[in-house]
Amino acid sequence: MRDERARSVPTAIKILVAGGFGAGKTTMVGTVSEILPLHTEEVLTSAGTDSDDLSGVEAKRTTTVTMDFGRITIGDSAVLYLFGTPGQDRFWFLWDELAIGALGAVVLADTRRLADSFPSIDYFERRGIPFVVAVNCFHGHQPFGVDAVRGALSLDPDVPVVMCDVRDRRSGREVLVTLIEHVRAITLGPAHTAVAGTG
Amino acid sequence: MRADDDDAHEWLDAEAGPLVRSYAVTGGRARPGAGTFDLLSYVVATPVGQRRHAVHLQPEHRALLAHAREPISVAELSSRAGFALGVVRVLLADLLDEGAVKRLAPAVAPGHIPDDHILQAVILGLRHA
Repeated sequence: MRDERARSVPTAIKILVAGGFGAGKTTMVGTVSEILPLHTEEVLTSAGTDSDDLSGVEAKRTTTVTMDFGRITIGDSAVLYLFGTPGQDRFWFLWDELAIGALGAVVLADTRRLADSFPSIDYFERRGIPFVVAVNCFHGHQPFGVDAVRGALSLDPDVPVVMCDVRDRRSGREVLVTLIEHVRAITLGPAHTAVAGTG
Repeated sequence: MRADDDDAHEWLDAEAGPLVRSYAVTGGRARPGAGTFDLLSYVVATPVGQRRHAVHLQPEHRALLAHAREPISVAELSSRAGFALGVVRVLLADLLDEGAVKRLAPAVAPGHIPDDHILQAVILGLRHA
């Protein structure tokens, strides 16, 4: 019975893709995923989670947050779910469940608007969720180096900063590899050895 | 009253969305009656759920069952059925009560980091897929 379950349910891994509006979140989720982006929504209320009933909901502050997500199936053993947090919606932070159990997060940064990535970085730092910063190089042009971005964002030295082009599948997936290696490094400590690259 | 039709209620700003309507199918219930369904919980229709007239269900319940013939995550079920996540949870709890769906045990307990061999397999898969 137990073996049967193990075969039928893959390991589901949740990864968040955050960053400011226009940083390329939706593009990245779509590019790296194997299927057309899916979407789900949740109704959030400022009344908190004690409410069991929506009667009288008109007295509360409510919002509907819609989120795109994609899926990458890794053989029979694992499925990655990538949730692109809606940058234009100032309420997504209320959706705590999204962050709970997440393996990690990608914070996409646009160097023309670096400050837009501060809220995401603060959010993941506060919750102790491993994250990497991926600088989306629009049009292949990126005037700032990794160190300049790291300094401008006041990142801890161990937080990886990488350049990427979210329109490119290989580039986007390599960002995910960087994140997973970062998680392995945190989990395994000195025993960590990066999985050999392809070149 | 008619004059009010074009006037937005003060609580209904541009970001409120189709709040009340999306919960109409649950009779206003915002919380499932039983059990919890994580975003990435997997569910599947049971033989009871696959028999069309075995249980008394709303069309929305049947829509979920139609998408759950194979194990599917709650998030994907929400996307494919076109119902908000909270709505899906309430409906799934009804289906669980009826024995029409079952929740599959996760391969890794929620919030736990998968075994390293899984993470290594994911890295190789990302690079070669």
